[in-house]
Amino acid sequence: MNNEPIHSLAVEGITKRFPGILACDSISLDVGEHEILAIVGENGAGKTTLMNILMGLYQPDEGKIFINGREVHFRTPVDAYATGIGMVHQHFMLVPNLTVAENVLLGMREFQKFLWQDMEGVRKRIREISERYNLPVQPDAYIWQLSVGEQQRVELVKTLCLGACFLILDEPTSALTPQETDDLIALLKRMSNDLSIIFISHKLAEVTALSDRIAILRQGKVVYRGTTSGQSVSNLASLMTGHEVVLPCNECTGGSGETILEIRNLKVRSDRGFFALDGLSLSLQKGEILGLAGVSGNGQRELADALAGLRKVESGSILFRKKELANKSPRSIIEAGIGYIPEDRNEEGIVPPFNVRDNLILKDFRSKHFCKGPFFRFDETRQNAEELQKRFDIRCASLNVAAGSLSGGNIQKVILARELARKPEVLIAVYPTRGLDMGAEEFIHERLLELRSQGTAILLISEELDELLNLSDRIAVIFKGKILATMPTRETSKKKLGLLMAGISGEGAA
Amino acid sequence: MKSTYRALYIFAISLAAALAAVLLGAVVLEILGKDPLAVYKVILTEPLKDLFGLTEISVRMVPLILVALGIAISFRSGILNIGAEGQIQMGVIAAAAAAIYLPSLPKIVILPLVLVAGALAGAIWASIAGWLKAKLNVSELLSTVMLNYIAAQLYGFLLRGPMIDPAELQVGSGTPQSVRLPKAAWIDRIIPGMRLHYGFVIAIVLAILVYVFLWRTKWGYALRAAGAGPKAARYGGIKVETCLIAAMALAGAFAGLAGAIEVTGLHRRAIEGISSGYGFSGIVVALFGGLHPAGIVPSAFFFGLLLIGADMTQRIMSVPANMVLVLQGAVILSIIAAKMLIADQYLFERFARMLEKRGRKAAGGKTKAGAGKAGAAKADRRREQP
Repeated sequence: MNNEPIHSLAVEGITKRFPGILACDSISLDVGEHEILAIVGENGAGKTTLMNILMGLYQPDEGKIFINGREVHFRTPVDAYATGIGMVHQHFMLVPNLTVAENVLLGMREFQKFLWQDMEGVRKRIREISERYNLPVQPDAYIWQLSVGEQQRVELVKTLCLGACFLILDEPTSALTPQETDDLIALLKRMSNDLSIIFISHKLAEVTALSDRIAILRQGKVVYRGTTSGQSVSNLASLMTGHEVVLPCNECTGGSGETILEIRNLKVRSDRGFFALDGLSLSLQKGEILGLAGVSGNGQRELADALAGLRKVESGSILFRKKELANKSPRSIIEAGIGYIPEDRNEEGIVPPFNVRDNLILKDFRSKHFCKGPFFRFDETRQNAEELQKRFDIRCASLNVAAGSLSGGNIQKVILARELARKPEVLIAVYPTRGLDMGAEEFIHERLLELRSQGTAILLISEELDELLNLSDRIAVIFKGKILATMPTRETSKKKLGLLMAGISGEGAA
Repeated sequence: MKSTYRALYIFAISLAAALAAVLLGAVVLEILGKDPLAVYKVILTEPLKDLFGLTEISVRMVPLILVALGIAISFRSGILNIGAEGQIQMGVIAAAAAAIYLPSLPKIVILPLVLVAGALAGAIWASIAGWLKAKLNVSELLSTVMLNYIAAQLYGFLLRGPMIDPAELQVGSGTPQSVRLPKAAWIDRIIPGMRLHYGFVIAIVLAILVYVFLWRTKWGYALRAAGAGPKAARYGGIKVETCLIAAMALAGAFAGLAGAIEVTGLHRRAIEGISSGYGFSGIVVALFGGLHPAGIVPSAFFFGLLLIGADMTQRIMSVPANMVLVLQGAVILSIIAAKMLIADQYLFERFARMLEKRGRKAAGGKTKAGAGKAGAAKADRRREQP
């Protein structure tokens, strides 16, 4: 634990090949003391591979790692931790039914002596760390009781308790709400007084707000290295993607005026039994994108579930073309022509072990087009998959690979392809670009706007104000299961929406 | 390069697992004072030496395949059927009852009716657990095991009471068994003088049908989706609860059919202990066969071989036949361990690295060898530390 501080870390000419892919192509980087280096790049640019090499999870095919000018070899993560490098993974590595202290204990040999665990020692260490870095955590809280932001703090505390003085954070904000993200950025800034940090992200606004220096990876190569200050987000974006990124914007106004989906006084219970939707009313017009803004947990999930027939409606009605859809089966709602891009794309949007081809027919596998009697027409399903793969640029080694093994962006493209190919009249899209890189975001935004211009009504549930303001014709704000206000996008602003999302609908808001 | 390493890795792990299983059994045999090599030789070769051994293996394969097919359907649909043992017994009762109490009809009518009765009884028995799971979220592990006890008692009661062979009562021996089934309800033997019957053909045909059902039809798709991703299946408009009940009913039907075929093809009367643990061995066969018909058939052959080999070692080497259970256990444990290790990417990386280093050393010199040596020195140092 009493290792010397890391004054500098450098990698030189790191190359790593995987079958058919050059994941890292002679990458050289360096980080100084108390510095925050942001590594940005799209999914698949080689960021995570590089970090796994730094942590000793992979061995580089070529290249060297230097700490304080001396070459080091990491065979396992234990070696990396021993020198003071610690990593917080994108997906938290916490055991939900253990307490914070127990989770921290897991990685600490010195507090485990045969059958005896020094819980008091661990608690003391946690308190020291959390005071020193101003990271409030409750050592005896269970992980499952904590919010995502709190769990992130536990990850940080855990890593610091292991003696890390050099932090690697892999997309730490991808699961956080905007508020939690701001808190994290402020926290990391403070922590950089004591530590060096590598911050991996593809959200450029965060990168410019936080980092001292920046390295941009594209297809395994470093395409830019330099200081952050003076770089504009759009400039960085084009460096990252290799082309000018213009997130598409909804420039037309309004739908056709013909109401296609009308939600009246909807009451739906949450998993915990209270009314997550408490008399919500909303109407959706043909050919418009209605943005639903709100801090997550205000009833968005329950609304989407209820619209898809996956959650019981206690009272109120959902009228689609004047026909009642409340409490209809998911199948009849699908067949009525309502598409749904779910929040949980990994478990709900796809059947993870099924291959891409089978996932693309999840909603249509019974249809005459794909089945003759009870038997599948394999030619048709293959053709369908090949067409959609081309149209939606789904990148996978083969259509027979398990969909669950694809990257987040490609999984979302599989879902989008399936939903859009069905030509829905109404599409419910829940956080459709959460955690995706700019290229994928751009692609998905374009497809949604295209669909809108074909006359589909889209309910876009999102927390990203930029996304909502860019795409929506109208924006409604949801707060505690009710709609606080609905207004045309032209007549609103980030500030106004921010206040409404916090539940303030006084004179400042419409 | 990587794929060669992968193949080598799988081979090495499998070999190590097989050796571990063999060694474990050898230890037990050594304690019993038997020569392990000779015992293994008898188990693995003796049954394959003549037609008798081969046909007896096939006889054991029939219930193993049928039960395992049902298990594969249920496991793939996300419901774990541990109740095949009871479902077999219900199948035996229903088939025997149908054969005994139905009016005498030609074979072509009566035999299918008898088999269907067995399958139906198994299906109904299993559906209880399926329904409890779907509607009340009762753990199927609990309900199927409990239903096993009930079935066993019911079976014993019927064979001692209402269905007992009247002759047994007259003679006074009171062996709990039914009367001999009428000949019209018998499944014929394939080879004169051997016990192998046409149930074997039924099992093989059903294995093919189960493959087609699970992977080529929309029903199989729905069941597999419900098992592989219940949340996504519900989202996709599949009624997961219905799938659970259907899968359980199918699994029960296969177990019930296994019972019906055992009674009509082999014993020709309902006797005590007719299921002889097939309900549990079937689970092992199914898992060993990767829950796929193409794996289940060879896996059933392997376990059939072990069963017959055990009988033979008992006779030839006077090793208790229960030894084979020890061996079965050792085999299963090694297979599970091997599967875990094969799936371990991290271990594979290390294995590949080790091979690479060896390769470089063998090549000798060049720049990369230096890096390899440095790595080796590092690895050595690590080994010294606890």
